[in-house]
Amino acid sequence: MKDVREALMVSRNTDGKLVRRPLSPHLQIYKPQITTAMSILHRITGVALAAGSLLMVCWLVSAATSPEAYYSVRDFTVSWLGRLLMFGWTVALLYHLCNGLRHLAWDAGFGFEKDTYKSTGLAVLAVTAVGTILIWLVVLLGGAS
Amino acid sequence: MVEFNLPKNSRIQVGKTYKAPAGAKRARNFKIYRWNADDGKNPQTDTYELDLDDCGPMVLDALIKIKNEVDPTLTFRRSCREGICGSCAMNIDGTNTLACLKPIDECKGDVRINPLPHMPVVKDLVPDLSGAYAQLRSIEPWLQSDTPPPPDGERRQSKEERAQLDGMWECILCFCCTTSCPSYWWNGDRYLGPAVLLAAWRFIADSRDENTGARLDALEDPFKLYRCHTIMNCTQTCPKGLNPAKAIAQIKTLMLERQG
Repeated sequence: MKDVREALMVSRNTDGKLVRRPLSPHLQIYKPQITTAMSILHRITGVALAAGSLLMVCWLVSAATSPEAYYSVRDFTVSWLGRLLMFGWTVALLYHLCNGLRHLAWDAGFGFEKDTYKSTGLAVLAVTAVGTILIWLVVLLGGAS
Repeated sequence: MVEFNLPKNSRIQVGKTYKAPAGAKRARNFKIYRWNADDGKNPQTDTYELDLDDCGPMVLDALIKIKNEVDPTLTFRRSCREGICGSCAMNIDGTNTLACLKPIDECKGDVRINPLPHMPVVKDLVPDLSGAYAQLRSIEPWLQSDTPPPPDGERRQSKEERAQLDGMWECILCFCCTTSCPSYWWNGDRYLGPAVLLAAWRFIADSRDENTGARLDALEDPFKLYRCHTIMNCTQTCPKGLNPAKAIAQIKTLMLERQG
């Protein structure tokens, strides 16, 4: 579908000749806003979690297949790359979960005041950070590898 | 459509520099977006150095000083200089606001001034808002009713009914919010944007308006209303302190409620 705004991009100069108007700068000049960053991060973590669920399926399928298959997947999840990915998904899961609750509240019509959405945003970031640290302390110190 | 980069003809180049007069004690750079239809060039950023000791306190004062004393070709809209006409809406120091309400002292370092984002430029700081105006027309921003007015000539409201309109009637349609919204940047051809949706809610919420059903029907569309993803740039930037994001949420809530 053609963008109807295209019609507004054409103008005439003083001599009556057709000229193409520039589009005013947007992302290039708009000051980064915490609210915007958290919004796009919600999408990014959503995509990351979808990709992460593939690994979880691999893990489940391997467990159903054979001990050898299970151990090969497990070897990956305890490798440094596997750990790194798991850590990323922990962050993504907690962030997407907490921010998802914030979105649910918005969808229900709550939390739109400036002070409220700022403090709920900070709360999401805080819970994500603390939750991730707690989970990984349990993983690393609890020896659950 | 999502297009992160500016088209080739819109990329900004470095422009001219105008120095402050000798002896200026409190000089400050104003970096201003310039484009005109006649010289065939890309947009450029001109730098104007002003002495703040010899200039009014608001960004609009600086723009008027530049136009009067330094460069008469600088083009921008302005009228009331007190935040009620909405003409001088532009992007100052990275966020959209009214030049007349923005103190120069609030800007850190160089004062960067651009037209409202992601709009066709007519000249310099003047964007073409006709697309947004057409969208405003499409929501029919006037009271509609089938029943005749009472014999004394006025449709009365209780104080509570009138209070429902607070936070909406104050909108001056400067389109700071609409042009701050990334969703509007990418889908502004079909998404109505925060300013127009706030106007829509103003008439939906009005006790004297009897056309709520048809108004909601007209907004029941994947793009017109539901491209709002609660990014909140609109509420964050509104120079009048209004809350378009909340107005949009109230429309969405009413949509659900009427489905029963």
